[in-house]
Amino acid sequence: MEQILEKESKIILPTKDIVYDTQQLNLWYGNHHALKNIDLPIRENEVTAIIGPSGCGKSTYIKTLNRMVELVPTVKTTGKILYRERNIFDADYGVEELRTKVGMVFQKPNPFPKSIYDNIAYGPRIHGIKNKKILDEIVEKSLRGAAIWDEVKDRLTTNAYSLSGGQQQRICIARCLAIEPDVILMDEPTSALDPISTLKVEELIQQLKEDYSIIIVTHNMQQAARISDKTAFFLNGEVVEYDDTDIIFSTPSDNRTEDYISGRFG
Amino acid sequence: MRMVGREKFDADLKYVQDLLLELSNTAIDTLNNAIDHLLDHNIEGALTVINNDIHINRLDEEINDRVILLIAKQQPVATDLRRLMVLVKTAGDMERIGDYAVNIAKETIRIGKDEHIPSIHLLDEMRVKTIHMLKQILDAFVNEDMEEAKLIAKLDDDVDEMYGKTIKVFLSTGIENPEQMGQITQLSFVCRYLERSADHATNIAEQLLFLLKGKHYELNN
Repeated sequence: MEQILEKESKIILPTKDIVYDTQQLNLWYGNHHALKNIDLPIRENEVTAIIGPSGCGKSTYIKTLNRMVELVPTVKTTGKILYRERNIFDADYGVEELRTKVGMVFQKPNPFPKSIYDNIAYGPRIHGIKNKKILDEIVEKSLRGAAIWDEVKDRLTTNAYSLSGGQQQRICIARCLAIEPDVILMDEPTSALDPISTLKVEELIQQLKEDYSIIIVTHNMQQAARISDKTAFFLNGEVVEYDDTDIIFSTPSDNRTEDYISGRFG
Repeated sequence: MRMVGREKFDADLKYVQDLLLELSNTAIDTLNNAIDHLLDHNIEGALTVINNDIHINRLDEEINDRVILLIAKQQPVATDLRRLMVLVKTAGDMERIGDYAVNIAKETIRIGKDEHIPSIHLLDEMRVKTIHMLKQILDAFVNEDMEEAKLIAKLDDDVDEMYGKTIKVFLSTGIENPEQMGQITQLSFVCRYLERSADHATNIAEQLLFLLKGKHYELNN
């Protein structure tokens, strides 16, 4: 009689639709091979965290998803990134169209030197919305969505620079929400923030995933563990391991992942 | 890319592991002594067992406290975190073995100088097996030897069988000699404490497998 029984404890959840599907992506900066054969499915209404040591390609990868990386003149790519089943590298794919759907939040809060209101209304105005009532609605909805409405509703005409770093970052998130994106890319969005502001932004990310798909690059492994559903571990331009965050932080299958998340590597 | 140490974490972890080793060795020795004192009608020895339990309890508490601090201050994950959880649970198993030793010591005091029933030697045999199991599982645990742990867990069947047999013999002695029913009840409890102690060895084997594999195992049904 076999006495050693392995208990099955994994909870199976329904699989969500893929919003971004990266297939055999390679990227070079000149001769430097920065991303190597990346295959990564990003699912909708989930938070996907990209972790890895400095120089592993995680920021390059996230900047490829909205084709921002093309601003570097020597960049060359092969492979595909399908966004909603269409290859973003296709010749007829308009980068503006892509960036309307894919918002981005950066490491350092970068509000425009304008009023809080104008920061949020900036994108919608570019898209031709001039009606004050509609703009008011968008501004309120976006600021509420970024969990900062109550803090700024009485001073919408103040310059956004007068806010704290954590508030500025949520203004940037609100600005991103104003164009009603499908995906939000976040490149170390809390690394310049104090711990309380960091927690607020993390809470916000949890709320935002109800309506958006979020991809976040973070140096903070505990942050990835706290807020993400899936985690991809990048090393030397490759995806070493990609799995449910619960698995990555408890029983990763690759020793390099275990060493990195345990702080023994990097 | 380079390997970096977590020297503070590793040193603190080693300290807790040493505490567990001390707790385990003390608990196993105490259980062994408790049976010796029972067989020898040694009331004074039994009292020492009872008094020493405070030391075992303190070690268990210190392990708990130190692990909580390590988790709070170092935020371990994956195997590191499992290792801490397993240390706490194993300390709990060993602490419980110390409690069984105390229970046995109390039975020793209750029985006092009354002449033992002849079949008491069965308890000695059961003790040998149980102590062997506990010592072996501690070695396997320290060496993180999964295969050895699985083999040791299987020995629990032998202890269970000895338990069944011993209780049967005790009861038939009691039926023939009703005036000894009091002592037989006490000795049956001792028999139960030994059997439970062996179960804890199986628990520890399961914990070791959880540590190494990250999955839960049932080694003995």
